[in-house]
Amino acid sequence: MIEYQNIFTQVQVDAPDYPGVPIGKDEEHRMGGPIHSWIAGKLGDAQIGPIYLGPSGFMAFLFGGLAFLIIGLNMWASVNWDPIQFIRQLPWLALEPPAPEYGLSIPPLNQGGWWLMAGFFLTAGILLWWWRTFQLARNLGMSNYLAWAFAGAIWLYLVLGFFRPILMGSWSEAVPFGIFPHLDWTAAFSMRYGNLFYNPFHMLSIAFLYGSAVLFAMHGATILAVSRYGGDREIDQITDIGTAGERSMLFWRWCMGFNASMESIHRWAWWFAVLTVITGGIGILLTGTVVENWYLWGVKHGIAPAYPAIDAMPVVDPLMTEATQ
Amino acid sequence: MKIFNSLKAVGLMVAGCLFLAACENPPPEAVQRGYRGVGQELLYNPDALSEAIANNQVPAPQPPIPAGGPKAGDIYENVEVLGDLSVGEFTRLMVAITEWVSPEEGCNYCHVDEGFQYDTKYTKKVARVMIAMTQKANVAWGDHVGGAGVTCYTCHRGQNIPEYVWATDPGRPHPPGVMTAGQNIASVNAAYSSLPNDSFSLYLEGDEEKAKDLPWRVAGRTALPNGNAANVKETEWIYSLMMHFSDSLGVNCTHCHNTRAFYDWEQSSPERVRAWHGIRMVREMNNDYINPTTDWLPDHRKGPLGDPLKVNCATCHQGAYQPLLGANMVNDYPNLAKYTVAAPTTDVGEEAEAAAESEENTEGMTAGN
Repeated sequence: MIEYQNIFTQVQVDAPDYPGVPIGKDEEHRMGGPIHSWIAGKLGDAQIGPIYLGPSGFMAFLFGGLAFLIIGLNMWASVNWDPIQFIRQLPWLALEPPAPEYGLSIPPLNQGGWWLMAGFFLTAGILLWWWRTFQLARNLGMSNYLAWAFAGAIWLYLVLGFFRPILMGSWSEAVPFGIFPHLDWTAAFSMRYGNLFYNPFHMLSIAFLYGSAVLFAMHGATILAVSRYGGDREIDQITDIGTAGERSMLFWRWCMGFNASMESIHRWAWWFAVLTVITGGIGILLTGTVVENWYLWGVKHGIAPAYPAIDAMPVVDPLMTEATQ
Repeated sequence: MKIFNSLKAVGLMVAGCLFLAACENPPPEAVQRGYRGVGQELLYNPDALSEAIANNQVPAPQPPIPAGGPKAGDIYENVEVLGDLSVGEFTRLMVAITEWVSPEEGCNYCHVDEGFQYDTKYTKKVARVMIAMTQKANVAWGDHVGGAGVTCYTCHRGQNIPEYVWATDPGRPHPPGVMTAGQNIASVNAAYSSLPNDSFSLYLEGDEEKAKDLPWRVAGRTALPNGNAANVKETEWIYSLMMHFSDSLGVNCTHCHNTRAFYDWEQSSPERVRAWHGIRMVREMNNDYINPTTDWLPDHRKGPLGDPLKVNCATCHQGAYQPLLGANMVNDYPNLAKYTVAAPTTDVGEEAEAAAESEENTEGMTAGN
């Protein structure tokens, strides 16, 4: 039966409680629920839980929670424990890394020590969470695309807060924890190092980021469009293409002359997403360590064109004219 | 039914486009400032522009006075900075200053009933410092104020204290176990960014020798590292001052900079040179004129840390790229654009000589008090 489907599924995916396949060990780590939610069934599976926590999951939650608490309490304390100001100013509040004079030493808690501690716990939590994704995939007999993709994101995170500050010799080069503060840090970082837009790895990262969004939209739209012919059984169709796969691939071949296959589209998506953070991390790591001013680097390598000046008067650095007077 | 549905869809799309287009209404006016197609544009909100025009109207000048007549310094007692004016010009300027600074309180805002000559009120002493400061700005800082000049009205606009002034920020109260780093709070000083909220104390006052070591020019000047130790945190301080510039003048970064290479003078507009001189002018105003009043200024005219209320870009500019949108008031009051200390022994022809005298006078006056 051909029927209209909107972006939310029309079908409730629901079944009696199902704890998941037995894997022969660790079954006691599945905890919570299951409960069944109609709203969850509009978005995905109606069954919520059980969740496999395990030691790594428990420790990841513990460390992540500690980091969250340290950051939140520092923010709250910075407005003198005023709950109203805490809410009002929340987007501005931050936990700042130590000042430059502390270098890579461990400063007093109120001079950036809290930042170091929060960073340690957050990193520990993230790495444990990564181990958890790796382990869960193993237990389910999956290969580890997910864990390696997540590792790409962790690479960028570690470059910003750990590898690059170490290469620069100062924790102060790292990003503050805060909503506006990390954005203002980003703008200041770009200005200090001569405009990140001329950093070729930043360019690549942007291309992959936007490309990821476009690919995601193209793929989601294509599969939804042929789901009336069973196109959502994508994995089957890698080897047994069927009319849904043929229609979707013909669409793109007619549209732009070239089309992905049922398998390769997922590899495209995976690589676009992963390369976003890998190239981004390389770009950040090179900034300040081996490149001082990306605009001038761009001029040197012929990627930053010169434009004629419009203002009639040539502008000269007043410090230079003062020196010659 | 189908037609109805597609009509609905079209209607939704039209409404969506209108909604997006109306994000800023009226749409901004763009002024091209650089080579075509490279985004060197100034954006102005027409509503904000008309508001700025309304807020920057200049009061009618006092009617002119015939030249000549005895000098104020010879006729009146205790006239220090305006002694060289004729009595008529002196009185005319006093009337104008009253209109600009204390229209409600009148003469008695500065003077006492016992006689105009007495320095009983601190406001009279402040007025003297302010007149000397105004003259210095017009005489010596043409690189910044040239073309329009400044008068008392540029900042005061009919108020005793100009609307936009600053004092050193004591920081916000917080337990000793955390730091605020002088930033990360909503502050008009940093134009509501999370950047440091008192860049003024760092950049707009203080020892001139030490000022050379401040993080002004943080950006790299070479493609590859060459020992520039400026830190991202230091960058945030000058960035905060620049946010204040932008906010005070109602302009984008592109008013002065080519944003692809903020540091590069050759790609900057002439306004950047003007602003460069402005920083130095403001530093001098705060260091040489305003801060020396600390000793005798009453507490209610000081900031929470006991320093006087000082000058920054907003004090004069008040949201306009040129204060009062470039209106020239000095032409009507030329005595504010030269040094007018009565000099009985020498002729006040030499500008430099008069400047030196005026500065001595300022120092002597503040030290004496």
